[in-house]
Amino acid sequence: MANVIDDAAIEYIGILAKLELSEEEKEAAKKDMGRMLDHIDQLNELDTSGVEPMSHVLPMRNVFREDVVTNGDGREDVLFNAPEQKEDMFVVPKTFE
Amino acid sequence: MSILDCTAVELSKRIKAGEYTAVEAMTAVFERIAEKEEEYHCYITADKESALKRAEETQKKIEAGEITGPLAGVPAAVKDNLCTKGVLTSCASRILSNFVPSYSATAVENLEKAGAVMVGKTNMDEFAMGSTTETSYYGVTKNPVNPGHVPGGSSGGSAAAVALGECFMALGSDTGGSIRQPASYCGVVGLKPTYGMVSRYGLVAYGSSLDQIGPLTKNVADAAYLLEAVASYDEKDSTSMKEAERDFTGALTEDVTGMRIGIPRDYFGEGLDAEVKTAVLTAAETFKKAGAVVEEFDLGMVEYAIPAYYTIATAEASSNLERFDGIKYGYRTEEFEGLHNMYKKTRSEGFGEEVKRRIMLGSFVLSSGYYDAYYLKALRTKALIRKAFDEAFAKYDLILGPVAPSTAPKLGESLSDPLKMYLGDIYTISVNLAGLPGISVPCGKDGNGLPIGMQLIGDCFTEKKLIRAAYTYERASVGAPVPV
Amino acid sequence: MSKNYETVIGLEVHVELATKTKIFCGCSTAFGGEPNSHTCPVCTGMPGSLPVLNKQVLEYAIAVGLATNCEITRDAKFDRKNYFYPDNPQNYQISQLYLPICRNGKVEIETKGGKKFVGIHEIHMEEDAGKLIHDEWEDCSLVDYNRSGVPLIEIVSEPDMRNAEEVIAYLETLRMLIQYLGASDCKLQEGSMRADVNLSVREVGAEKFGTRTEMKNLNSFRAIMHAIENERERQIDLLEEGKAVVQETRRWDDNKGYSYAMRSKEDAQDYRYFPDPDLMPVHVSDEMLEEIRAKQPEFRPEKIERYKREFDIPEYDIGIITETKHMADLFEETTALCGQPKKVSNWLMGETLRLLKERNADAEDIRFSPKNLAKLISLVDSKAITGPVAKEVFEKMFEEDIDPEVYVEEQGLKTVNDEGALRTAVEKVLVENPQSVADYKGGKQKAIGFLVGQTMKAMKGKADPELVNRMLKEMLQ
Repeated sequence: MANVIDDAAIEYIGILAKLELSEEEKEAAKKDMGRMLDHIDQLNELDTSGVEPMSHVLPMRNVFREDVVTNGDGREDVLFNAPEQKEDMFVVPKTFE
Repeated sequence: MSILDCTAVELSKRIKAGEYTAVEAMTAVFERIAEKEEEYHCYITADKESALKRAEETQKKIEAGEITGPLAGVPAAVKDNLCTKGVLTSCASRILSNFVPSYSATAVENLEKAGAVMVGKTNMDEFAMGSTTETSYYGVTKNPVNPGHVPGGSSGGSAAAVALGECFMALGSDTGGSIRQPASYCGVVGLKPTYGMVSRYGLVAYGSSLDQIGPLTKNVADAAYLLEAVASYDEKDSTSMKEAERDFTGALTEDVTGMRIGIPRDYFGEGLDAEVKTAVLTAAETFKKAGAVVEEFDLGMVEYAIPAYYTIATAEASSNLERFDGIKYGYRTEEFEGLHNMYKKTRSEGFGEEVKRRIMLGSFVLSSGYYDAYYLKALRTKALIRKAFDEAFAKYDLILGPVAPSTAPKLGESLSDPLKMYLGDIYTISVNLAGLPGISVPCGKDGNGLPIGMQLIGDCFTEKKLIRAAYTYERASVGAPVPV
Repeated sequence: MSKNYETVIGLEVHVELATKTKIFCGCSTAFGGEPNSHTCPVCTGMPGSLPVLNKQVLEYAIAVGLATNCEITRDAKFDRKNYFYPDNPQNYQISQLYLPICRNGKVEIETKGGKKFVGIHEIHMEEDAGKLIHDEWEDCSLVDYNRSGVPLIEIVSEPDMRNAEEVIAYLETLRMLIQYLGASDCKLQEGSMRADVNLSVREVGAEKFGTRTEMKNLNSFRAIMHAIENERERQIDLLEEGKAVVQETRRWDDNKGYSYAMRSKEDAQDYRYFPDPDLMPVHVSDEMLEEIRAKQPEFRPEKIERYKREFDIPEYDIGIITETKHMADLFEETTALCGQPKKVSNWLMGETLRLLKERNADAEDIRFSPKNLAKLISLVDSKAITGPVAKEVFEKMFEEDIDPEVYVEEQGLKTVNDEGALRTAVEKVLVENPQSVADYKGGKQKAIGFLVGQTMKAMKGKADPELVNRMLKEMLQ
């Protein structure tokens, strides 16, 4: 296996993706990611110099909406699924020190 | 002939003729559900009472002449990653196991406008990540032909429900083959439209640049009618193609005379099951007999589709799934210390193994220092894949090949080796990368009686050619249900 | 301090655009409103929702780019900036990294040190976050997404500023340009303009820049000046002690007058930017660019020069009047109607500024129309009303934009210039003020002024003072 994913990398990705893995999951993730990256490395066989990265397949540009208010009070719908709410706001763990 | 043997179009005709009612159709569906669901488990949500109520309302409208369309009164299933107003939309994930949207996906609204009646929400791989419908938080769906096998995925619930008569037609979504492959495994028709054909508004995103909603049906005609009903230009989806032609049913004609069909040699090499190969090549003969010009060619780039796909799809997924954080909706962990611990526990408990695996990979390929080497490289590869198809479509009207390398694997065989499972997507995912339409049509069975599907691939916005060829084949091949 | 240090400052300025709706959905951007009342599935990150770009946002961004001499990127894209925070409902912000809409601009600023250019590195479009409110009682925070998705442009300068005065001059210049465009009201206190300060120090003459820090939470010019001074000293102290400046983001606490590092193990600052697949690229065609260019207003420097040529009013007045486009428009439109620039200027410089100050309001808050101000001026010119009455009418007009002609008529405020009608009042004043009458007759010419004043008072200011004066003189003969 050419790509070696170590504990530090798994820890770092956990911070980025907000995932906390068990020891067992970490070991599996190290192995799976290493194998997948090895597989993805096949792309290095391709000469892509001068090829523009293609993010959209459709040749569409300039999709706009006009600056006109179309939505009313969305409070009830938006809060309907909130795990916790107070005074029409979403409750979250303290964010200020 | 039982009411459940009708195709969707046929059923609607009979309902409008007064032979059946929408309520009778729905009742028959729920009888079948009562009989089969325990073993096969196609649905996450199927509430008889509300479904019958919807059927009653529709029946009244049909009788009042308010709904007259070709799918009026037909019970339809909807994949659980399509938002349905007031109905649980879980994406087969614990993290959305209590999410009830206040809006419906545009495709679902269109379906209802056409007079179809929703049966319920079908099982799927969690967030459409998987090829077997085994990664669902709600348990596995089984293959309708042999319950020891998987139905394919991720739209496995939709495909199995159609095959079992637990609905007359269904909507699925296809990011890398998630409509076509389960259709092939379950012996039904599955169509993945051109990117931009069906609005993605209300489809819970997996890989935004690859996702498309499409029909799973008993035959090609139903697929054409269902696609015509749900496809629309939608101002709420910036990737919706305004100029696309969306009248598909006009293509339901038996005529492939002079149509040029290319068979990519690279689709028939190592790794393809011999029985699948034979079945697809036999289908090619059928096309020849019907007047098409069929020839082999080298498509190229085939082996690079999987690495490019898993880079792009997981990168987009890692970002798309960030919104599931326990704050606005869905599951939130019980105990936590502070904000970041809440995020981590919620997401680690809320997502299943396969989803976490893809989020991790996607976060990695986008992270500092790797973006160019992985993500941009994959986008460049995608451009080359598209170019290979462009060259092919300069010579051919359609491409014919298998949908999957084999028929449905046994339950529990796939998940232990993710890479091997991913390799099974080899014939379907390049279609998503290039934004093309593709259709899976049954073309035989293997020695164990499991269905085999063939895939027809068209150039962007040439669904009509695809439908015409598929329809012609279906009529010409033995044992296909005869449409009205 | 043993060495001489130079401060190097670059600014990241966020400006909230004055659109009616949010950048990617049809929700209102209006201030106020109950929490979460201006929200929808898109700006709260509901599953399955998709963004669609507000065209006005692009047009404003291009207009600001043209006004700051930027190159407009003909093919621009939106990227996702991924980070978890509760005010960001999708946990990614839609912004622009790889192909921002404007690049390589510059604006000229003027300080006591003279004129100089500050380079604009880029301007990009992005969405604002929601608001977090700390709940004092329950030790948690509350999220309101009304501001989530409000359009912003971020104007990133080159590190071309060297002191707080230049920073303020730069901000004032930007504010003036953007207000003139009508693209934003640019109010620092209300957060419609926000500046983050990137600052480093280096020894005078050094070629390389020092390590910079980014300072956030600066809500006033005073806070910006204070924070710059404080951070400069902090960095110099570190260097003098032989320590290194750490590249970090710091938060300014204006009450305590110091800053602290915003660092957390959970904050990797690795935003994993990639092109947003939900949004199509933007292509700025020649036609679009020309259309926007044609709509660009005359900016302040050109306007000042033109006023100097066209209007005979003091340079000081020109400076004040052109400070906001609203005031300048008011001046020009009123002048066009009445043809008396000096008088229009007097009303704006005098009563208008006085009332604005009294009410703690800005020029943008002026509600009276040019038409009504022109009418008021002509009422005074024709002596239909007196100066004191005019001031009274103006105040009413300032509050409610009433039509002065109608108001004067309705309230009976017209000047009385009919001798018969005035005679009674004049006679009464003469009877009631024998001492003044005696003084006048005794040669004190000044006493007549007092008698005129008394008469005017009796007439509630509505009498023609010249006529009163003449009548008094006649009757005292």
